[in-house]
Amino acid sequence: MVNITINGNAIQVPSGTTVLRAAEQAGITIPTLCDHPDLHPFGGCRLCVVEVQGARLPMASCTLPVNEGMVVTTESPALTKSRRTILELLMSNYYDSGYKDGQKETTQFMRWVKHYGISVKKAQAPAPRYPVNSDPNPVIWVDMNKCILCTRCVRACAEIQGRFVWSQGGRGFNTRIVAGAETTMLEARCETCGACVAFCPTGALDNRLSMGAGKPSTVVTTTCAYCGVGCQIDLNVKDNHIIRVTSNPDASVNGMAMCVKGRYGYDYVHHPERLSKPQVRRYLLKGEPKPKASAGANPGENSDPLWDWVETDWDTALRITAEKIAQARDQHGADSVGVLTSAKCTNEVNYLMNKFTRQVVGTNNIDHCARL
Amino acid sequence: MAFFRSHVLVCVDPECLAKGAHAMLDALQDELVSQGLIDEIQVLETSRIGSCADGPEMMVYPEGIHYVGVTEDDIPYLVEEHFLKGRVVPKFQKSIVAVVDEELGPAKPKEVRVVLRNCGQIDPENIEDYIAEDGYAALAKVLGDMQPEQVIDEVTRSGLRGRGGAGFSTGKKWQFCRNSAGTPKYIICNADEGDPGAFMNRRVLEGDPHSVLEGMIIAGYAIGANWGYVYCRAEYPLAVRTLNLAIRQARDLGLLGENIMGTNYSFDIEVRQGAGAFVCGEETALIASIEGKRGEPRPRPPFPAVQGVWGKPTNNNNVETYANIPQIILKGADWFASMGTEKSKGTKTFAIGGDVNHTGLIEVPLGITLREVIYDVAGGIKDNKPFKAVQIGGPMGGCLPEKYLDEKIDYESLNAAGAMMGSGGMIIMDDETCMVDIARFFMDFTQDESCGKCTPCRVGTRRILEMLQRICDGEGEPGDIEKLEELCQQVQQNSLCGLGQGAPNPVVSTLKQFRSEYEAHIYEKRCPAKVCRKLIHYSILEGPCTGCTVCARNCPVNAISGERRHLHVIDPDICIRCGICKQVCNFNAVAVS
Repeated sequence: MVNITINGNAIQVPSGTTVLRAAEQAGITIPTLCDHPDLHPFGGCRLCVVEVQGARLPMASCTLPVNEGMVVTTESPALTKSRRTILELLMSNYYDSGYKDGQKETTQFMRWVKHYGISVKKAQAPAPRYPVNSDPNPVIWVDMNKCILCTRCVRACAEIQGRFVWSQGGRGFNTRIVAGAETTMLEARCETCGACVAFCPTGALDNRLSMGAGKPSTVVTTTCAYCGVGCQIDLNVKDNHIIRVTSNPDASVNGMAMCVKGRYGYDYVHHPERLSKPQVRRYLLKGEPKPKASAGANPGENSDPLWDWVETDWDTALRITAEKIAQARDQHGADSVGVLTSAKCTNEVNYLMNKFTRQVVGTNNIDHCARL
Repeated sequence: MAFFRSHVLVCVDPECLAKGAHAMLDALQDELVSQGLIDEIQVLETSRIGSCADGPEMMVYPEGIHYVGVTEDDIPYLVEEHFLKGRVVPKFQKSIVAVVDEELGPAKPKEVRVVLRNCGQIDPENIEDYIAEDGYAALAKVLGDMQPEQVIDEVTRSGLRGRGGAGFSTGKKWQFCRNSAGTPKYIICNADEGDPGAFMNRRVLEGDPHSVLEGMIIAGYAIGANWGYVYCRAEYPLAVRTLNLAIRQARDLGLLGENIMGTNYSFDIEVRQGAGAFVCGEETALIASIEGKRGEPRPRPPFPAVQGVWGKPTNNNNVETYANIPQIILKGADWFASMGTEKSKGTKTFAIGGDVNHTGLIEVPLGITLREVIYDVAGGIKDNKPFKAVQIGGPMGGCLPEKYLDEKIDYESLNAAGAMMGSGGMIIMDDETCMVDIARFFMDFTQDESCGKCTPCRVGTRRILEMLQRICDGEGEPGDIEKLEELCQQVQQNSLCGLGQGAPNPVVSTLKQFRSEYEAHIYEKRCPAKVCRKLIHYSILEGPCTGCTVCARNCPVNAISGERRHLHVIDPDICIRCGICKQVCNFNAVAVS
């Protein structure tokens, strides 16, 4: 363990801890932009500069490892001035075209800008440098006029998703975040998982599906219904509709990560064709024989009204299913039955289906669609 | 090696080649063979003898006779006269005084050449030439008689400090890396010389590559490394070629590779080329670039001595630092420490540019004064104009006015004066230089070369440049100086690496030393040195103008009108202030105000 002093508080942290993390442990907030606990430290934005006794210049706390006996000050008039200058410099390159964003009500960047008393209108660039909505990605909205080059998107894509879609192009003042070799995101192997959006502190990357959706009335933490990984996700709900899905940083299974289905595949929830009650073919409900299809009809097509789907209750639907499975087993043997379960079921349900298939039906013909 | 009584160096620069140097060289070889002299006289190819305009040319050693205008047909006569009869042929002889190497002439007064001692003296493409000048003797001494700790001790005692500009003790640096846990360890030679107008390292690499390689091998032995990288900028194709050739030749002789000189020490070197980024001269960016990543610096600590290339302990020194090592080992730490000042030992190369009589490379003992360098070594200011300032330390250095002329050139004194040693760029300016414009020039360079990683350097340098541009354009406003000072201070304080921290230095130092010039630009809309185009205008004086029409004919925008033999007039609305009229006027009739 290493002993350090931050703002007069004696703190003990494991060696290798950065000053920023040590301060967090002591409940001291240091402003940051490019830092994220899930990503490798970068040290680019310089907002987290602190004074270290004996050091010639202020140091970025996000990349500074603690040293025995280190004495750190995180707030001083000089540091406030430095941070304000840094935010002003970032703002001088920031341009908000005025559309309603789709990510968060207030971005991390805007919170610090307001915290340091900087007027967005006065400080922002006089004109945009890049086209708004510059990438045709179907779910991710790109507006590089809001980019502060913190590279959180680059690191999230590389370190968490392993896709390496984003990188930096150009240098100096002309540095910009580019997809691949300045191509589109999809051409650069993007899987549209939206991790870059989740990590973006400015809204330069945003959820296209949620543009203009406004502020949620409730945020519901739930488990993603798509597969057995069981990612925890936050449903942002407004007027009883999901307006966006955001990462829950405390999610124990997946952290900030999600796949395209979890983050963007929520439209089925409110889809008009979504089944909300069990349905069976009319002939099954009436106990009639299966109607013959007319000659030349495609498989599954039948104009006979007995072939129609009709809503019923669970007991009826399950009874019919059980009877048909038993019938097939008795007439044609257990191996004439096959079971396909779903990744959208829970592990417990899948376990029961396994038991049911092998022990009740008596066949090994069971498979599963967990191939996301 | 074979002994030759005479060496003939034939220039193979493009201009000489165009004049038939190859045909002459072939004829010379043939003639020496037919005369039976080929075992006594060696013919070598060289470059930059200096009189390509009169080529093809050659130098004959040991006499040091310089022949020019020798064609293929002249060879039989020349060989018979010079090499058989021993008579100099005056018809082709050109006085040695006329030999001009624009970069590196003969040593000037007060120069001491340690690093440059072999440059221009030996054939860099022949390892035997280097060996003949005690080359690799230091390596033999180290491998045969010295323990690694002894080598480090010798280098530490010599007082050698980093010649890349920061001035950290080389011996201490080696010791840190040697003490670092972790294997393998690496040696890097920083040959990414990027300062505008600086070419000290290039000349050493092109002219004496083995001195650098030998220094690296010795460093490797002292630190316990078996692999070295030379990171050379791709803009130096000749240096890269020479280095690669030198590495091959050294390998062939067992001076690189497995079991060097039959000992159990192995070391090899690879040349890595930069891709044109100045910031890759910064050691952490350089390491990122060697690893194939984007050339961006990362914060230190950890220092490269602990975590360098491939995450392993790495020692990184400049070309000039390594080139000093063999001499220190051979002649001893005391010899090296006898040159220089108390804290800054040895010599330093400088690339002198600007308004002096002798521009080019020099090597002087540290502790020499700026005045001695400018007036004794560089021959004083051109046309006897008054000295105004010297910019020292490259784009992150500072501008020093006349009152600092007696300042010693050593690490501490230059820092105290507001400049820095840097890698060796030195630009001397006369009174026709606008210091705001100079600050703008350097700022333009550094903001363009910023990697873009950290906010203060990426955006701050651009904002500083924009303010300087406005001031030069006569659009400066009261309060700009204070804003500049504040922004410069913020960029210096909060940037990640040396580039950003040093980028505002030219502005800070000119603001400190030449504040009145900024004030003249801002408050009086006047450029005292008559440089900033938007603040000057050209006019033709009635008295001296003869109406010769030369100015009107040369004006690129047809801004000058007037009848032959009558006074000409410049239309200020059309004039772009290029100054061509002033240059071409034979009667000094064009005035700037």
